[in-house]
Amino acid sequence: MALTKEQMAQRIARELREGYYVNLGIGIPTLVANYVPKDMNVVFQSENGILGMGPFPFEGEEDADLINAGKQTVTLLPGSSIFDSSTSFAMIRGQHVQLTVLGAMEVTDSGDIANWKIPGKMVKGMGGAMDLVASAENIIVVMMHANKAGESKLLKQCTLPLTGVKCVKKVVTDLGVFDITAEGFVLLERAPGVSVEEIKAKTDGRLVARADVPEMTV
Amino acid sequence: MNKIVANADAALEGIQDNMTLMVGGFGLCGIPEKSIAALVRKGVKGLTCISNNAGVDDFGLGLLLRTRQIKKMISSYVGENAEFERQMLSGELEVDLIPQGTLAERCRAGGAGIPAFFTPAGYGTEIAEGKETREYDGKMYVLENWLRADFALVKAWKGDRFGNLVYKRTARNFNPMMAMAGKITVAEVEELVEPGELDPDEIHTPGIFVNRIFKGEGYEKRIEQRTVRKRN
Repeated sequence: MALTKEQMAQRIARELREGYYVNLGIGIPTLVANYVPKDMNVVFQSENGILGMGPFPFEGEEDADLINAGKQTVTLLPGSSIFDSSTSFAMIRGQHVQLTVLGAMEVTDSGDIANWKIPGKMVKGMGGAMDLVASAENIIVVMMHANKAGESKLLKQCTLPLTGVKCVKKVVTDLGVFDITAEGFVLLERAPGVSVEEIKAKTDGRLVARADVPEMTV
Repeated sequence: MNKIVANADAALEGIQDNMTLMVGGFGLCGIPEKSIAALVRKGVKGLTCISNNAGVDDFGLGLLLRTRQIKKMISSYVGENAEFERQMLSGELEVDLIPQGTLAERCRAGGAGIPAFFTPAGYGTEIAEGKETREYDGKMYVLENWLRADFALVKAWKGDRFGNLVYKRTARNFNPMMAMAGKITVAEVEELVEPGELDPDEIHTPGIFVNRIFKGEGYEKRIEQRTVRKRN
């Protein structure tokens, strides 16, 4: 069985470490915040100007002046701080944020990523993604393994305009977990019930997959 | 020292067709609602607007797109606006999309008198095409220029007649950098207070950057994505 979005987020949460400052992108990455281990201190950064972002507000307590980068109403946790956009990206480019999790349309076996533009179709803009991928020491991409047409999103080369080059370190898809190394995608874990053969068939980029790759526990 | 003007219309005195404006805000959070409404009334055209986003169809900068007053947008993300997309794809609207951190820093640089700087954002992508690149300590960087504007329109929570500003929560976003980078900076505030009421230690934008200030009445503060959780 392929992983659900929640299970993908849950798996990424295992990459969190005590004391990390973490930036979560819009979509599945946002769900990671729901799975922080209880005894672990992790601070979430939102690039519109928050450190210490909390959960959504209770109904009736929404504040139009307090949103996250996805323009959703949020809350602040004790110890949080607010800052301007320039300071926010100083944190990001200055490598003060330890982990960035973001979605993608395409990722290559050398760590290139495309996630901001489909020429002629969708041009929404890159937002903070280019700053994030150009700077973060540890970038995890979370996405479906294939697009809606069934084509692999793990490629040799991006077909879409790039967001960043040689920057992604790890990919979590609905089918498995992959490190990106000099040899390409290295399969670390399979989703429960998903075979190495299936992953091989659905991966376009160079793939290193040992026959005894363990199943993920979810 | 008294930078107070009566209202938004008075604050925008001197804005002409084809000028470049910086407009603060992130999404609809911290946008200068009253100045945008006054721009619609004024009817100036051919504007170049530097703003992180382009509002939604019927609020924020979307109002100026609807009236075709904007010729060019310089933004990082414009995904929430159907009219924007239509004008862009049809070629009516010129659009320069740039990374969000680069946008913030270009505004800051404009206000700080730094004509250009190197950033890693966009290296190896189409953003870097035609730009100078340079290696520092084994990593590649792209040269980006400052941004400056004829007018910067910002929104703050509180301000005084010296132009000192305090922003509220994430409504701060791009406002402080843009306030620095306008030849004329117009600040609209929810509360005008007496000099001395704002703690000097807590002022976000020192008054030197602000030329005109006015109190806006009845802020709508529209929420783009109302997300809540249930009480247990």
